[in-house]
Amino acid sequence: MVAMMKKRGWSLVHQKEIAPNKLANDEIASMAHLMRRAGFGDPRRDLDVRVSQGYEEVVEELLHPEDQPAINDELLYRIFPGYEGALGPPINQAEWVYRMINTKRPLEEKMALFWHQLFATSNSKVDNPPEITRQIAMFRRFGLGKYRDLLMELAKSPAMIFWLDNHGNHDGATNENWGRELLELFSLGVGNYTEDDIQEAARAFTGWTIAPKIPRNPLGRFYWEFEYKPEDHDEREKTFLGHTGNLNGEDIVDIIVEQPATARFLARHLYRFFVADEPPVPNWNITPPNDPDAIDALVAAYNDSGGDIASILRVLFNADFFKGSRFAKVKSPAELIIGTVRISGGYYGFRPGLNNLALECGWQGQELLNPPSVESWHTGQAWLDVGTLLRRVNFAARTLGDTSLPGVRTIIEGIREQGNLSPGEVVAACLDAVGPLEVGEETHAELMVNAEKNGRLAWSTPGEVNASEKTLGKILTLIAASKDYQFA
Amino acid sequence: MASTNKDPVLVVLELTGANDYLNTIVPYADPVYWDNRPKVYIPKDQLLPIDNELAFRSDVEPFKQIYDNGNMAIIHGIGFENSPRSHFRAMDIWHTCEPDSIGINGWLGKVIRDLDPVGENVLKGVNFGQGLPRALTMRGVPVTSVNHLASYGVLSSLPGASEEDRSQLLESFAKMYAPAIGTGPVMDYLGQTGRDALRGADMIKVAPERYSSNIKYENNAIGRSLRDVAQVHLAGLGTQVFYTSYGPFDTHFNQPGSHTKLWMDISKAISDFFADLREHDAGEEVVMMLFSEFGRRVRDNGTGTDHGAAGVAFAIGDRVNGGMYGSYPSLKPEDLSQGDLAPNYDFRGFYSTLVDRWLGLDPVSVVGGKFEQMAFV
Repeated sequence: MVAMMKKRGWSLVHQKEIAPNKLANDEIASMAHLMRRAGFGDPRRDLDVRVSQGYEEVVEELLHPEDQPAINDELLYRIFPGYEGALGPPINQAEWVYRMINTKRPLEEKMALFWHQLFATSNSKVDNPPEITRQIAMFRRFGLGKYRDLLMELAKSPAMIFWLDNHGNHDGATNENWGRELLELFSLGVGNYTEDDIQEAARAFTGWTIAPKIPRNPLGRFYWEFEYKPEDHDEREKTFLGHTGNLNGEDIVDIIVEQPATARFLARHLYRFFVADEPPVPNWNITPPNDPDAIDALVAAYNDSGGDIASILRVLFNADFFKGSRFAKVKSPAELIIGTVRISGGYYGFRPGLNNLALECGWQGQELLNPPSVESWHTGQAWLDVGTLLRRVNFAARTLGDTSLPGVRTIIEGIREQGNLSPGEVVAACLDAVGPLEVGEETHAELMVNAEKNGRLAWSTPGEVNASEKTLGKILTLIAASKDYQFA
Repeated sequence: MASTNKDPVLVVLELTGANDYLNTIVPYADPVYWDNRPKVYIPKDQLLPIDNELAFRSDVEPFKQIYDNGNMAIIHGIGFENSPRSHFRAMDIWHTCEPDSIGINGWLGKVIRDLDPVGENVLKGVNFGQGLPRALTMRGVPVTSVNHLASYGVLSSLPGASEEDRSQLLESFAKMYAPAIGTGPVMDYLGQTGRDALRGADMIKVAPERYSSNIKYENNAIGRSLRDVAQVHLAGLGTQVFYTSYGPFDTHFNQPGSHTKLWMDISKAISDFFADLREHDAGEEVVMMLFSEFGRRVRDNGTGTDHGAAGVAFAIGDRVNGGMYGSYPSLKPEDLSQGDLAPNYDFRGFYSTLVDRWLGLDPVSVVGGKFEQMAFV
């Protein structure tokens, strides 16, 4: 962690002022980091419980979502009755946002987002939000299992078949779209196959299509279903990555998951999503990873486990390279929004406003269920431009600075219980309450300036309470607006 | 450089997803077109002939009107050698002018740098849309990216904050994002971006207030984007590069319906945009260019078209010398490149023309070399 902070050029000096049982508590900071990355962040009060559970045990709990209660689908359906028949994405996006905020299975939900980002399927073309929602549900079910099984499910996902046109991929008239992106973007990466391999993979997937659709009725629509049509499958010999035979789609997936390039490609994706920002994906065949040893460790975990995602993540979350990567990643819009809402409260359970949270993701550049292309979102620093930064700052500031929200009330009450804190203690307490968050000198200095305006907090008279709460609201607003808050 | 009293303005419209050249400018007199497009063709009764060989499609009547008025240059056969069929790689090449390596800096980032070398005006380049396209990305060059023009501003909607509170908080924000020494490239970028957001928001908020127009744009994404471009341009904030995109043009499947809809939207929006400018006597101040990452395969795949190579670009504006430039690539099988139209005009020549003759800048450093220009502006 010290190394990471030095790389970012942060001074550790001001941390000495912080109460030793709080921010300086490395265990709390580690747990906060784990929950930000493997989930959508935990409110500060939940971290103490997690720490007492033990880090490795928490990792195991995350890797076994089946041991935790699932979201009640029937209840959800009653609250979002439109999400199966929605004509536009917002209801389905809101349904997902609800899950991200309320899930007891944070890693399952985070993996659904990871796979959505990797297997980017967009409503702009599919034009069927319930189908994409069903693909996301498939990611929840298979997202921590074997990569092979996931790719097989993906190849049969009606939304994916439609998105990459495999329903137009016929014996004698191939459509290469799925074959190409399967190799380029979903498994091997550029430079690890030939144009011929693409054509052969496309031929092997002929006949993998969608069953005739039942037309939409006025009250809703019917789900699409996968169908394999043997009469439309190209039965002639194919040669794919050196394997020759009458290959079918399963064979292509089986060959792909055995390729060293696939293990590496997946390792780099997992590293980029969970550990630290990396160069953009299209550069990977010419740009080495920032931490080759970490990638090697993840590749080894892939090989040792037969491509088992949970096994790779077990290695990842317990590795020093992960633990040392605090704040080395720019938050994605979903991470920023859900993480902020989980701290501020106000959206637990069924609340109005979920649609706006979903739209906000889009306004910050990450429209859920509608990635810009099959290449997906550009991440890391690319999340930040003048327009998106402004939206991120405005959203987080008006949410964490809203002293009427229940989570913010909890923060204020917790600080009030600590008595008449000095300005330095106020800043430390606020940073602890929203993270713990580590900040650079310039941010800390400006927080101090604002904390010092009213001196020590005081809580004896209504006027003092009002002034103290206003000070805390301002400090929280500025923390949420800071550069430091942009990092996960 | 065109002689105009005001600074020249370039509006870039990206047709995302690879627009089908053959069904945009239809080589209707060529039997090879009809042979190769048994399913995905523009029917003969839906053609608007330009001459004896080429035609627009009838659903882009307003677009053709611009051509007929002499304000549209059609640039044939545009692309580059060894065209990759990958959207992302091809788009990167168009955005960075780096066909042989991975480019980091966008060509328009360089244009903005050369138009405003000290980064004086954060609105010199404005993007409308989600996220900044790579074409506009260049370290040290501020570009404003606007999603919704009407609600743009830093810390603009804090609950219960008075004007005084907000101005204090904005002062703190400015200090937190002030340049700091030795904090690393990401923090530097973030600080710069925050400062640019603050400056740009202060300036751009006047645009919707100052604007009024009789033009009714369609309420679709391209209509809204071009209306926003018109508002910011007409506010006189010094913006010289606007960027926006429309799509998706990746019509592998069921192309006829979706391609028609896209072009109807574009045709109407561009026609409205220039009518709006003319209503404000600003028609001569703007040149718009349209491009797509590549064209689509000559032979259709039954319901759509796969990835191709050569495409078509357009330059539009009252200062444009309308007409056709270059030549339509041959459709004959022996002339194709892996089944695709072979590009015969390097896109960097198109850029060079705009950079040199319209914006009055040295094109060599922008596009990375000397390329053949055309006399369309």
